[in-house]
Amino acid sequence: MKGLAFDVAHLLAGGLVLVSFMQLYQTRLYALLNVFAVQAVLLSLSVAWQAWVQDAPHLYITAAIAFLFKALIIPIAMHRIIARLGIERDVENVVGIGPTMLAGLALVALSIVVMLRIAEQADPLAREDLAFALSVVLLGLLMMVVRRNAVSMVVGFMSLENGLILAAAGAKGMPLVVEISVAFSVLVAFTVIGVFLFRIRERFDTIDSGALDRFQGDRQ
Amino acid sequence: MALIGDLSIQFSQMFLVLLLAPLLTGFVRQVKARLLRRRGPPLLQPYRDLIRLCRKEAVIAHSASWLFRFVPYLVFAATWVAAALIPTFAAGLLFSWSADLIAIIALLGAARFFLALAGMDVGTSFGGLGSSREAMFATLAEPAMIMIVFSLALVAGSTQLSTVAAFMTSPAVGLRVSLGLALIALIIVAIAENGRIPVDNPATHLELTMVHEAMVLEYSGRHLALLELASSLKLLLYVSLIACIFTPWGIAHVGKGFSLHAIGLVAYVGKLAVAGMLLALFETTIAKMRVFRVPDFVGVAFMLGFLAVLLRFVSGSL
Repeated sequence: MKGLAFDVAHLLAGGLVLVSFMQLYQTRLYALLNVFAVQAVLLSLSVAWQAWVQDAPHLYITAAIAFLFKALIIPIAMHRIIARLGIERDVENVVGIGPTMLAGLALVALSIVVMLRIAEQADPLAREDLAFALSVVLLGLLMMVVRRNAVSMVVGFMSLENGLILAAAGAKGMPLVVEISVAFSVLVAFTVIGVFLFRIRERFDTIDSGALDRFQGDRQ
Repeated sequence: MALIGDLSIQFSQMFLVLLLAPLLTGFVRQVKARLLRRRGPPLLQPYRDLIRLCRKEAVIAHSASWLFRFVPYLVFAATWVAAALIPTFAAGLLFSWSADLIAIIALLGAARFFLALAGMDVGTSFGGLGSSREAMFATLAEPAMIMIVFSLALVAGSTQLSTVAAFMTSPAVGLRVSLGLALIALIIVAIAENGRIPVDNPATHLELTMVHEAMVLEYSGRHLALLELASSLKLLLYVSLIACIFTPWGIAHVGKGFSLHAIGLVAYVGKLAVAGMLLALFETTIAKMRVFRVPDFVGVAFMLGFLAVLLRFVSGSL
């Protein structure tokens, strides 16, 4: 299993983790969206490679859906939302890029250690994909925790979902209907989030979640 | 007899790097000038500068201690030894078995330590400023460098540069994401260590943000010549290091005959020229960073190095 198939899968999945890290330190919203689109392209390549290796044609459909939705529709729609909110020039003050990076590295190490232990009997390709998928999920969560701008949080959520698709592609026997429904639920979630962004802004004049703290009422 | 042959190749390599180092610096300057549509100084200008500096009197401040006079020699010697340990046109040299990549990093670290001490020795504010900045960059760049060494050692199974170069030319390498990450990290570290443009501007003495130039501001005459030569050598050293690890094609092995050495020499000069052009292109397309953004830039190198090690663990443990 040490052949080209494994090396290419390793390269693509490793690239996915790397792009997740790049998301963590982008302070400009458009740059963040571009990085997200790159991640989606890598994801669809990775899934397509899994389809070729596993000889599972339905994964090609997953790859195509990932490319269409994640790399084209969602980034373009987000660009338009940002333009309509008029925040395209905002530079987010990300607090502590260094500590965030270190936390991200710790999360990647954790997920690799965990996955390599618990999935010992699995096929090497699936194991490695699972380890990287868990790191992408955790990095997406980290992104949602450290950012205050709602748009960045949405990007964190979407990249978390990229990790889920990667895990689904690595595990053999995931039915196509599940993958399609996951893809569509993300699109629905995106629509809801889009509406929410405008509602939050209407209500509080900002989409910085730090402003929401003031409206929590009495905190004892 | 074999020993004499090995020694002659080792010494020819040592003097070759010494001779080529100012040429590389001059070449980068020339390409940069041409990219900016200036004529630029002639290619041999760094040699002329060095000769002229050697003829001049060395002025030493009254408050300087003995350390100030010794540091140029120490820095130059450490850098030269480190450069002699790197396979340039021939691998498996006599000296290279006595020290590996970690020793090279230690030598460079020692050189930097003494240079920082010398910067603070006279007691001017510029020297202290340069030293403190150099120390700040070093604390970030050295962990990154160690991580790069770890990932290389995990992939190639050795920290010995000749062995690494031999491994990289063998088909056992395959397609490895760790190596790609290590390459990018090593380039970032090399830029930071040599004080090239996004980190420090090598062409100025008149900026408040200067780092290397601020430390050597008090030096003159032959001391300054030695320090300038050492910094050119350091640039050549990093280029050779990257070339030897990631593009080891054409490197001859000791005892393989004269023609292979000649091919190795041509390949090495070609690699230097390509690297010099790329460096000049990179420097003209990018603006210098604020000093406080440099930790982010070098932190990326550390992150990449660490990721390379982690990814190598994943693919290695399967």
